[in-house]
Amino acid sequence: MSVDKTTVAKIARLARIHVPDERQQAIATELNGILSWVDELNEVDTENVEPLASVTGHALPMRKDVVTDGDRIDEVLANVPESTGGFFVVPKVVD
Amino acid sequence: MTSNLVSGATGDWEVVIGLEVHAQVSSNAKLFSGASATFGADPNQNVSLVDAAMPGMLPVINHECVRQAVRTGLGLKAEINLVSVFDRKNYFYADLPQGYQISQFKQPIVGEGTLRIDLPDGSSRNIGIERLHLEQDAGKSMHDQHPSKSYIDLNRTGVALMEIVSRPDMRSSIEAAAYVRKLRSILRYLGTCDGNMEEGSLRADVNVSVRRPGEALGTRTETKNLNSLRFIQQAIDFEVTRQIEIIEDGGEIDQETRLFDTTTGATRTMRSKEDAHDYRYFPDPDLLPLVIPQDEVNELAAALPELPDQIKDRLIGDYGLSAYDAAVITEERETALFYEAASAGHDRKLVANWMTVELFGALNKSGQTLTECNITPERLGGLVGLISDGTISGKIAKDVFAVMFETGGDAASIVEEKGLKQVSDSGAIEALIDAVIAENEDKVLEYRAGKDKLFGFFVGQVMKQSGGQANPGMVNQILRTKLDG
Repeated sequence: MSVDKTTVAKIARLARIHVPDERQQAIATELNGILSWVDELNEVDTENVEPLASVTGHALPMRKDVVTDGDRIDEVLANVPESTGGFFVVPKVVD
Repeated sequence: MTSNLVSGATGDWEVVIGLEVHAQVSSNAKLFSGASATFGADPNQNVSLVDAAMPGMLPVINHECVRQAVRTGLGLKAEINLVSVFDRKNYFYADLPQGYQISQFKQPIVGEGTLRIDLPDGSSRNIGIERLHLEQDAGKSMHDQHPSKSYIDLNRTGVALMEIVSRPDMRSSIEAAAYVRKLRSILRYLGTCDGNMEEGSLRADVNVSVRRPGEALGTRTETKNLNSLRFIQQAIDFEVTRQIEIIEDGGEIDQETRLFDTTTGATRTMRSKEDAHDYRYFPDPDLLPLVIPQDEVNELAAALPELPDQIKDRLIGDYGLSAYDAAVITEERETALFYEAASAGHDRKLVANWMTVELFGALNKSGQTLTECNITPERLGGLVGLISDGTISGKIAKDVFAVMFETGGDAASIVEEKGLKQVSDSGAIEALIDAVIAENEDKVLEYRAGKDKLFGFFVGQVMKQSGGQANPGMVNQILRTKLDG
């Protein structure tokens, strides 16, 4: 697997990260270095090994269904550039 | 069964429908935070720093939400995956402060199941369930409060949702509506979602395509966020007509997401960038795999209530109700429990008739719910009992029912108080008949001269004189003897 400049531009756009045109080729080269290193892992024989999403072997800790939080609107809105009547106010977004 | 094919200008078309239903999990707190999951608080009141996605906040899963998903899976006769994984679905929107939704992509908590739908003609059909997964709801955006700004309320952000995905097994908008109706019914029986479509607790995305019968699947469109059975049917019917027209005119269907306009009943393309669906899912590094012990699944399975299909089968098999009546009575759990209590010890079919015709009719008219109204199961059972044992006629029973619905009280007391008891005393009926005959000598002569139709007139007169209380069977019999004899 390898990425080209176009893929880098697309990923950057999806992630809302500004990557100037002249940086895109360099980033593609760096990413390809990482990917080819990851590709080496494909040499390991994983037949009969379950795919895993975590290496710790712990199960997910759970919480009781009790309301313990909320009602802290001042903290929630503490950093907002604009709010009114308890709402966040943002530039208009319509589908 | 009637054919579901739709005829176009150039021949018949088969409609293929799959549904993704988002059902809000009934719980006190949110899926990954301790903030309240209830509806209707002031803006941003039910928001924790986790929901607001403040840096460094970590999600901790709500055990009850997991149990609710398992219960639902069991209710859908589905495979429960003891190990499932949470993924991040990445997209940017103002009401999603994390920049991703925590969802389940490759390993959902519930796998394949089935749902039996009840169709208006009384027949049933099984629809495949592909999967059910847990995910976070997004916040609410208001776009109509300011000319150039949107207002965001994060109260709903992080509330647990079950996304329930069907197989593309439905072939008409009627089947799709029946699917959502049955799914809603099961969720409400289980207590895992309140099913309130108006408040958005249950909403559906519909995938629709058309094809020539027997051919490969056509290109589908997805119409999002339909929150009533009527809108689901309208959106599908509109899409079917639109797609057939395009194809018959030589065009092609774009695979796209569409929005439904509730005022016009039409769907339209959602304005969005082409790569809006590139979600770049990956396992959420903040959450370990979700492991459920088999013992817990067994415990939840053992505590599952009797579900609508089981009750419906019992009402048809044991009590002899029609498939239609049984489906109507079992759609809501309260109704089924009411029916069971009301009909115990009484004529089961007669109670079903009184419930579906008189009681539901009166509720529709008054706008009351079953639990609010004056009729209790005991009162309805009592009324039917009085009909069965001949104390009152069916006609009088309607009057008693109306009084009972208006003012409460039990049928026997109303009958007693208003003196409505059916008269089955042959002496009393004879006296009434004699009086009617004496008053109508001319008609008696005409009848005896061969004008048979007048018999009905005499019956009517006697019933009228008795205030509707005379036993109609006895009136007929005695009248016949007196006039003909």
